[in-house]
Amino acid sequence: MKYRMAAAVLALAGVILAAYLYLFKLGLIGTLACGTGSCETVQLSSWSRFLGVEVSLIGLLGYVALLIVALIATKPALELARWPSRWLVIMAGIGTLFAVYLTALELFVIHAICRWCVGSAVIITLIFIMSLLDLRRLRGVSG
Amino acid sequence: MAAAPSRMKGFYVTLGVVAVAGLAFLGWQLSRKRTVSIPANVVITPADTAGFRGYLLGSDSAPVEITEYADYQCPFCADFDIVTFPDVKSRLIETGLVRWRYRDMPLQMHPFARLAAHAGACADDQGKFWPMHTLLYQGQTDWARGGAAGHFEKYAELAGLDVNKYNECMASARYAGRIEASYQEAVALGVNSTPTFLIAGRLYEPLSYDQFKHVVDSLIAVKRAQ
Repeated sequence: MKYRMAAAVLALAGVILAAYLYLFKLGLIGTLACGTGSCETVQLSSWSRFLGVEVSLIGLLGYVALLIVALIATKPALELARWPSRWLVIMAGIGTLFAVYLTALELFVIHAICRWCVGSAVIITLIFIMSLLDLRRLRGVSG
Repeated sequence: MAAAPSRMKGFYVTLGVVAVAGLAFLGWQLSRKRTVSIPANVVITPADTAGFRGYLLGSDSAPVEITEYADYQCPFCADFDIVTFPDVKSRLIETGLVRWRYRDMPLQMHPFARLAAHAGACADDQGKFWPMHTLLYQGQTDWARGGAAGHFEKYAELAGLDVNKYNECMASARYAGRIEASYQEAVALGVNSTPTFLIAGRLYEPLSYDQFKHVVDSLIAVKRAQ
């Protein structure tokens, strides 16, 4: 259960982080608290949209979905159910792959690193690891 | 096997702390003084372009007109403005040989170029375009790293602008359409890099002062011969 709880807390942190970046893209926040201009360089680049949708909005919706699944998964009645863990692994796995793609863009295409994006990449990777550990916990349990 | 109530309580307390801290952070960020951004995906209205065809310098009766398409965040444009333009200005424009027209072409790869172009437009509102223009290029390496809006506000003060009026103009983003129209004009002409110069219907990449002088002298000679 502790892995699911950790995933939920991390997903909530991800929601806040992604909301911050999306509010910036909406023009509701002046400048990003970044220390250097790299965050704005990344967030204002053409790569900040994926298939016409703001990457920060995709992140926000993804983290909200992860948070909902993780919260459901922490219900005591579902402690031995495998399906919440499977869903967390699938969703966080997709998120981690997306984070790898975005980090590669930052390093090799945009040539600027946004600390908030790195933070998000770390969060989604940790959620993925928590989900895998939870799935391993349930090995041999039917459900 | 069910999670102990105390563990669940600890979990909910942790969630609550993260939520409160996160919301407090977002609230603080939202309450900070907003800087502006200038949209690129604007609908250009006739009012955006009516009566405005760039920022002019020099005599109306100058025999040659040169239009510069440039981007404030482009290093080559800054080099041109700092190194070559002073000579062009003192020896060709102020002598009445050339009328200079500056048009914005903010490239998408430069996140603050459109904001800088808008700062120039707002300075023009108060008759201070050219001092602002020079400050924007001279400070390019500072503001291109971030915090551009703050730097521009300082330049507005240095250029002698009424800063309150300048800030109101920037917040309104009222010249976004005009800047986009200027950009589209450049694209339609075939400009694909900055700075590019339009002289007598031909596009030129950056020229040295001597090359400008040569082109201008040639055009004047042709006019005299006609």
